[in-house]
Amino acid sequence: MAGMLAVGATLTRLFARDRGGRPSPFALLVANPLSAFGLALLTVIVVLVIATPFLPVPDPDITDPANRLLRPGTDGHLLGTDHLGRDLLSRMLWGTRVSILVGLSATLIAATIGSLIGLVAGYAGGRTDSLLMRGIDLVMAFPYILLALAIVAVLGPGLLNALYAIAVVNIPFFARNIRGITLGLSRREFVDAARLSGASHAEILFLEVLPNVLPTIVVTMSTTVGWMILETAGLSFLGLGAQPPQADLGSMLGEGRKLLFTAPHVSVVPGLMIFALVMCINLVGDGVRDVLDPRLKSGALAAPGAATRVARETVPPAPSTDAVLSVEGLRTEFHVGSRVYKAVGGVDLDLAPGECLGLVGESGSGKSVTALSLLRLVPTPPGVIAGGRVTIEGADQLAATPEALRRLRGGRVAYVFQDPLTTLHPLFTVGDQIVEAIRAHQPISRAEAEAQALTLLEKVRIPSAKARFSAYPHELSGGMRQRVCIAMALANDPDLIVADEPTTALDVTVQAQVLKLLRDLSRERGSAVLFITHDFGVVSELCDRVAVMYAGRIVEIGPSGDVLDAPGHPYTGKLIDCVPVLGRPERRMEAIDGLPPSVDRLPAGCAFADRCDRVQEDCRHGDIPLDPFGPGRAVRCLHPLQEVS
Amino acid sequence: MWLYIGKRLLATVPILLGLSVIVFAMMAAIPGDPATAILGSYATPENVERLNRQLGLDRSLVEQYLTWLGNLLQGDMGRSYALNRPVADEVFERFGATLVLAGASLLLCSLFGLLAGVIAAVGQFGWRDRIVTFLVLIGISTPSFWLGLLLIMLFAVELQWLPASGMFAIYGGGGPLDLLAHLALPAITLAVVATAVIARLTRTAMLEVLRQDYVRTARAKGVSERRVIYRHAFKSALVAVIPVIGIQTGFVLGGAVYIETVFQWPGIGRMLVNAISTRDLLLVQGGVLVVAASYVFFNLLADVAQTLVDPRLR
Ligand code: SF4
Repeated sequence: MAGMLAVGATLTRLFARDRGGRPSPFALLVANPLSAFGLALLTVIVVLVIATPFLPVPDPDITDPANRLLRPGTDGHLLGTDHLGRDLLSRMLWGTRVSILVGLSATLIAATIGSLIGLVAGYAGGRTDSLLMRGIDLVMAFPYILLALAIVAVLGPGLLNALYAIAVVNIPFFARNIRGITLGLSRREFVDAARLSGASHAEILFLEVLPNVLPTIVVTMSTTVGWMILETAGLSFLGLGAQPPQADLGSMLGEGRKLLFTAPHVSVVPGLMIFALVMCINLVGDGVRDVLDPRLKSGALAAPGAATRVARETVPPAPSTDAVLSVEGLRTEFHVGSRVYKAVGGVDLDLAPGECLGLVGESGSGKSVTALSLLRLVPTPPGVIAGGRVTIEGADQLAATPEALRRLRGGRVAYVFQDPLTTLHPLFTVGDQIVEAIRAHQPISRAEAEAQALTLLEKVRIPSAKARFSAYPHELSGGMRQRVCIAMALANDPDLIVADEPTTALDVTVQAQVLKLLRDLSRERGSAVLFITHDFGVVSELCDRVAVMYAGRIVEIGPSGDVLDAPGHPYTGKLIDCVPVLGRPERRMEAIDGLPPSVDRLPAGCAFADRCDRVQEDCRHGDIPLDPFGPGRAVRCLHPLQEVS
Repeated sequence: MWLYIGKRLLATVPILLGLSVIVFAMMAAIPGDPATAILGSYATPENVERLNRQLGLDRSLVEQYLTWLGNLLQGDMGRSYALNRPVADEVFERFGATLVLAGASLLLCSLFGLLAGVIAAVGQFGWRDRIVTFLVLIGISTPSFWLGLLLIMLFAVELQWLPASGMFAIYGGGGPLDLLAHLALPAITLAVVATAVIARLTRTAMLEVLRQDYVRTARAKGVSERRVIYRHAFKSALVAVIPVIGIQTGFVLGGAVYIETVFQWPGIGRMLVNAISTRDLLLVQGGVLVVAASYVFFNLLADVAQTLVDPRLR
């Protein structure tokens, strides 16, 4: 009874809009063209099959030897007749009826028993759980159809026995899925609350847990019912299911097989029907799964391509500098649905040879996106470079060919990323990954590259480099892994190293070592470094100049010493105030009240206005320019902390 | 690595024992009295009793199981009364033919499934992806036994390119080429569903992997896009797909039942169907056991392969 109530409640929910006014699951299902097509075809088949007894078709079992094996299209026999002269259209309709009924019954049996096992196992836990699941594992250790065959062998051939067999072999799918969900649910508060209020286990299972696992049961049913129809038809095809004169689609196909050479239409008709039936059930099943359980939606998220899409309306003219890197008016956006997030909203930067520039900001300020945009490493979709120019080696790299871009990446410009555990490939040895970086840019033999890689590993001070060469990333410590990444970045003597928070994921104790290593090696080789960080402490240690980013734009830029001693922008001031001593960088940012504005709805005027102590009326209008602020400095603020020196 | 394989091998022992218990229990649960079945319904009660004692049926189920298991371990699966030859001989002879068919199918479905999945993922939302998605839908919805009939009609009857049935030509048959010609249609038919399933999973796995940080790293160090996809991303996707291929061996071994019937392939599946019809239960028992055990080993193989690809599992 309780179960019925729960089913009813869920069914009404399927067709109602939810409280947020989003379309009902049914509307979502029909919105998917493939599922809508499947649902329409399925409806036609089901209506036909229900109406079969009332349709003007001959009796399916009346034989008429004079009219045997008539071809489709004959008068009175739209689809022809079989070897006994029986009307194929009628037999197909009646057969489909049987097949659907058998498939549905098998699904219901499997769903009921399987869900019960899953519910009990997941709810009881402990020994009951492991015992039940051992049993399920054992059933799954048999090849699927083979177990069904063995069951039919025991019970004897027959449609009902085939139904039982198919139901039994499908029980594990339900038991496993439902157990997983129940296991999670039975640790939740509402179950504890019910238990405390004195509800019996059965009440809790059927009134509290069941309604919550029902969507999973429905999803599992909708994805297995097609299989079950197919497999019962298969058993009938083998002569182990429906016995004459009763016919389902499978046994019709089995009869047709014997006439393959003389009257192929006898097997084509039921075969096409099974195919159509199973296909539309699968289409609907996939649709149901996507609606009820979006997490399982397969491959719906787009994978990024090799380079960020560039869609610029105008291109700034080439700058005349000897800078290693020159960025002008860079704008990078994320297009998600109809929203546009302006992650980088017009950034200008220059890096002289051998210079170290720190790019500082909170997470979400656009500093990492800026860094990734330089060599078009922002994932597309959703990323789009909407404007600006990135000049490296005198050429606009946003217009570079894929091959030119590839040669630049890891060649003249190398990256070191944040978390070395996720940025190194887990399935290749670290030596192999460095060798690959070398050989992507230098036409040398593998042996030579290996020798170079070994030197690099020694260079980044990895102890017993020879042994570590053939280690996998997971066998190294975090600090060691980041050293490997640095070695990889140095492999082709880059002019510019872009280091994107290279120490954030590391232990505090090794952060300083890795920073020092990066600084020493880049100085030794004369590489410029663009250092992305949220830590002003690091900036003072490492950088010649610093640029502070807020809400996608640079708000202050200048020599690190000057900026640290006398910040101009109120935001910079707060960032510096947050720096106590070296170490524990992640906690400091919280010291600034409020959150940065969302970059899809930037306010007019100063983006920092809502968090600024010095805000005045004029801060909230117009575009605030990045004005010169003393020698080599610029600040984007109308009421800066200091007077211009 | 060898230690790992050894451990995994040991772990299969309880599974195999469990399988044997289930198969034994199922056969013991069959209603009716084997002695009466063998001697016919006119047998005298004394004769029935004597035969029961001979067959060991008067003892407890546990004792019967242990005797049965002991015999099984010595390769004795009893005697098929319909064929009048030892079950083990028949089963292993037929199993060889099934292995040839299933092996060929597994090769085909792994090859084409992986390929199609990668192609779809790389051209996500493009026309290649749509074609693969469409074919996958057709593939998982087509009853393999019907597809077999269609292929026979087309390639054996209409075009007469390939033989319609059997493993070797009856006259002057034999030799690898003859086998290949006979193998082509059933192996392809059997591979279709598994290919579709593997293609779909490979696509999902590739898309998942292509979003990972280490793929960005590979691109950032200037590795060519082809190498990014076929070396970096594919190897990771393989780790997710190999267990699925292992599970597909179960579907291929089971699906062989249909295909062997359609193509008259002299394998264990057709033997089982015949044995069920003639109620030759010892033959059914032996056949089911051998195929189930082979499935356990195929899964073990998949496990080992996965461990070879992914060092983190060692
Ligand atoms: S412009 Fe106004 S609101 Fe913005 S930082 Fe300066 S003083 Fe504060």
